[in-house]
Amino acid sequence: MLDKIGIAKRIAQEVRSGMYINLGIGIPTLVANYIPTSMNVVLQSENGLLGIGPFPTEDRVDPDLINAGKQTITMMPGSALFSSADSFGMIRGGKVNLTILGAMEVSENGDIANWKVPGKMVKGMGGAMDLVASAQNIIVAMQHCSKEGASKLLKKCSLPITGLNCVKKIVSDLAVLDVLPTGGFKLLERAPGVSVDQIKNATEGKLIIEGEIPEMNLG
Amino acid sequence: MAKHIFMIDKRVANAVEAIKDIPNGVTLMIGGFGLCGIPENCIAAILQKGITDLTCISNNAGVDDFGIGLLLKTKQVKKMISSYVGENAEFERQLLSGELEVELIPQGTLAERVRAGGAGIPAFFTPAGVGTEVAEGKETRVFDGKTYLMERWLRADFSIVKAWKGDTSGNLIYKGTARNFNPMMATSGTVTIAEVEELVEVGELDPNQIHTPGIFVHRIFQGSNYEKRIEQRTISNLKI
Repeated sequence: MLDKIGIAKRIAQEVRSGMYINLGIGIPTLVANYIPTSMNVVLQSENGLLGIGPFPTEDRVDPDLINAGKQTITMMPGSALFSSADSFGMIRGGKVNLTILGAMEVSENGDIANWKVPGKMVKGMGGAMDLVASAQNIIVAMQHCSKEGASKLLKKCSLPITGLNCVKKIVSDLAVLDVLPTGGFKLLERAPGVSVDQIKNATEGKLIIEGEIPEMNLG
Repeated sequence: MAKHIFMIDKRVANAVEAIKDIPNGVTLMIGGFGLCGIPENCIAAILQKGITDLTCISNNAGVDDFGIGLLLKTKQVKKMISSYVGENAEFERQLLSGELEVELIPQGTLAERVRAGGAGIPAFFTPAGVGTEVAEGKETRVFDGKTYLMERWLRADFSIVKAWKGDTSGNLIYKGTARNFNPMMATSGTVTIAEVEELVEVGELDPNQIHTPGIFVHRIFQGSNYEKRIEQRTISNLKI
């Protein structure tokens, strides 16, 4: 099984040189730590920055420079700043190549639910609905099951939807899976020490298994 | 060619002066993302004057003891229109008790609705929210095989924005990610009030660098005592 860092490391392997990438809050933010330095990528922050750099040292903290999670950040050389309208213009316009975000549930046709649990405090969707409606490629970082053991990879989402037919790939604590355009979770890799049967038992939606399923290589 | 062209002087003394004619019950746009780029001086003046029954359009609702959170605590806000409000316990209490009305909007849709309001575009189509509860009661249309949702513009009686530098004719320059919603909100207020960290005379700002042209701004003043509170002070040991 993968911990949060393991999930982030595995997702980082999906990154390619030349990509503009939006990272969501939580595990997705950790992905930045594991992108090989040999790769030239630009991280987008939807509050108006292309070129997110590392967190600042104490002497370089600038309250006028934060990411979408309201954390203090720095800018890489060659960064660009812009308004929220321009930011979502580039998101809706399909310029962002890869969006990585968390999910509470994903359905076998790629619907995602990640913004609201009825009966609990509603914090708002932030930029998630805009991102999932327009991203070229969406990878979801999530736990395969709830703490109670219920599958979060479902036939149909039970929670309020964030977007329809949009998730392309899932990296969970148990597996890497593609969401096929025709429907279904295609099992690609197992997490270290996890069996195909464990993944079968943890997946409520249609699971497609073809041939031997290799174990992930986290390098 | 005209020999004498004077820029319009829009400066007012301070926040108290800038907000003095805002009545109860108006719709206010307030710039900022989290606590970054919020008009601290005007929020303090609205708090002190006790203007109430406000509908606030702002991406977030501040924190318990700063930003719009200050106006929530004193129950000056009747309704919030925002995309994310998760940092505020008093907000949560008022929402659950039914004291506060809330409309949640996808962040990009919020930005574009405000932009559309200033640009004279009454409605537009966006893919964000299709198939979700955001789409309930709204018109959808298919363009080139994909479904889009119609969203209306947003306008405000007063827009309050914060910039880094400004001149007396209302030209504005923002800094860092403190720009966020401020430029669009500046365009869509019937009256737009700008507070800046540094107010200079006309001619001192480079016209090539202006983010918000002065036509959108009606009042401007140099703010004071900016706290610029940080929500998530995140430090690394990495040398950049």
